Amino acid sequence: MQSSSLSDARSPLLLGLGLVAGSGLLLGSLLLGILLGAADIDATTVWQAIFQFDGSTEHLIIRTVRLPRALLAVVVGAALAAAGTITQGLTRNPLAAPDILGINVGASLAMVLAIFLGSDSRNYVWFAFGGAAIAAVTVYWLGSTGRQGLTPLKLVIAGAALTALLHSLTTAVLLLSQQTLEEIRFWLAGSLAGQELADLWPVLPYITLGLAGSLALGRQLTLMSLGEDVAQGLGLQTAGVKIAAAVVVVLLAGSAVALAGPIGFVGLVVPHIIRIGVGMDYRWILPYAMLVGGILLSVADIAARLVIRPQELPVGIMTALIGAPFFIYLARSRIKR
Amino acid sequence: MHPSKPWRSVRLQRFPISFRVDQRVTGVLAILIGVASLALVVNVSRGEYPVPLWAVVKTIFGLPTTSDYAFVVNTLRLPRALIALLVGMGLATAGTILQGLTRNPLAAPGIIGINSGASLVAVAFIVLWPGLPVGWLPLAAFVGALLAAIAIYLLAWNQGSSPVRLILVGVGLTALTGACTTLMITFGNIYDVSQALVWLTGSVYGRSWANFWPLLPWMLLFLPLALILARDLDTLNLGDGLAQGLGNRVEWTRSLLLLCTAALSGSAVATAGTIGFVGLMAPHLARQLVGPSHAGLIPVAALTGACIVELADLVGRLLFAPIELPCGIVTAVIGAPYFLWLLYRNA
Repeated sequence: MQSSSLSDARSPLLLGLGLVAGSGLLLGSLLLGILLGAADIDATTVWQAIFQFDGSTEHLIIRTVRLPRALLAVVVGAALAAAGTITQGLTRNPLAAPDILGINVGASLAMVLAIFLGSDSRNYVWFAFGGAAIAAVTVYWLGSTGRQGLTPLKLVIAGAALTALLHSLTTAVLLLSQQTLEEIRFWLAGSLAGQELADLWPVLPYITLGLAGSLALGRQLTLMSLGEDVAQGLGLQTAGVKIAAAVVVVLLAGSAVALAGPIGFVGLVVPHIIRIGVGMDYRWILPYAMLVGGILLSVADIAARLVIRPQELPVGIMTALIGAPFFIYLARSRIKR
Repeated sequence: MHPSKPWRSVRLQRFPISFRVDQRVTGVLAILIGVASLALVVNVSRGEYPVPLWAVVKTIFGLPTTSDYAFVVNTLRLPRALIALLVGMGLATAGTILQGLTRNPLAAPGIIGINSGASLVAVAFIVLWPGLPVGWLPLAAFVGALLAAIAIYLLAWNQGSSPVRLILVGVGLTALTGACTTLMITFGNIYDVSQALVWLTGSVYGRSWANFWPLLPWMLLFLPLALILARDLDTLNLGDGLAQGLGNRVEWTRSLLLLCTAALSGSAVATAGTIGFVGLMAPHLARQLVGPSHAGLIPVAALTGACIVELADLVGRLLFAPIELPCGIVTAVIGAPYFLWLLYRNA
């Protein structure tokens, strides 16, 4: 399905410069995220709030609301994009992403169950990992059973059905417990609002591990994207790579969901944007994906805060409004059969 | 596949309509009507205030019983149970038409985004014009369903129908309309929104005669129309070229059938929200019961759908009583694995 070959690889110097420019943009969107919001706060005050904190209302807004939120957008965006990139590379499927395949919904169902059962909030992230892992294994098994083995289309359709099932179960749990619903209604639509730095720290090690792991898998993923037979022929232990990649995806998707709810379409869209400019080498695609994912989610979150000021939208709606038409476009252009 | 199957022909003398149905149809229909009525009576009898089965039957037919029974049965529970039947019929028939039309065993109004289009427009109406009478909702939802069906037709199915692309575009469309619906909910006034939320989960909870009467004409008009079009659906199933050769005005019939699907699923969604997977399951079960000829398939599928929704409502009410699960959740929990099984079998 992926037609371009490695021969059109760009020069490393150019790609490196691109990464530097991307980091600049990421920093810019991070600052923009801190600068813009319901209250008008000018740049000098923002600067002082970070470096000369004096406890005024503006400073408190910056430190406890905007800074955590902007950081969260970058981290979650990077995690979602990396997870999507790995999923697409591994399954050689342009429509695959943790949210399309039901992995995010699996994680969020597990979180809802955790809240329902009254588990300690420190354990939430483990529930999210568990849910993501079970959903990932299930969807892979469903997509690869049958005569033809793993076909990209079967995988996506199985993901859609799994999503519908898990979504209904989530609604059922929420209906059984009004209190759980109250606690997480906004989170469930995919939102970065109301999170504090204290929520980010416990999850950060897992995200860092996942991001580092995905960078380390770049070479193997490039080989895998040529096809499993080719990769095996070139001496790759495909089974090991698959398991490692699956663990990384579960880590990334699980932590992203634990932090910000099931935000859709970032993992689907970002790899496509990147492949246009960067080519097919996953050693470059992955760092780019993290940068672009961070930028995309930051910008989407800023937009979600500004469109109906002073109210705000869950950012998951913004990404769906952008991402769903893109998904339709992909389905139209890539599926010829 | 089936050599020399016994067929039964039904011809009307005065109208140019004839049906050629599998012999099994009569028996199966009788059994399904029995199951649906039984489910209806049991559903009406169970609840906070149990009513004996026999008293339910007597009350429905207007025979004298305790006045308490009459209130509980006729005012509170009967409209809900009847709506469940009608909604099931509508969704199942819409699904049957759509599967025949697309020649795609996995298509259903819920899966390719028609139901979510209907619910988007209906929610928009609830939120933007809160004062609107309930009777207008089916029309609004019909418009939404029709728009979604046209969008799907233009996006996926016109240029060389590809079953899988149809479903994938439907998945995308469902996500898009779902996001727009959530958007509406975020904008709306909290009272209207909570009303819309209850309705969105796909449930016949709290439905009364005020919901029943606006739904009825849609079903009375479009269910028979679907039945009349059954023969055309059979012809279309042979492929566009062959259907044209047999004298079928393909584009006209197809538009009419699409209109039927949109009307049936739109009015069903307007009344009971998005009850998923009924339009997918019922046609398959019906096909196993009476085979693929649509003249028999459509009524059998409609009754199967009615049974599914009625039973799902019953299960949803009893499982975690006194908390009620919407029947949409029950159908999804059964329907999603069924969908996966179909996918597995077809692959």
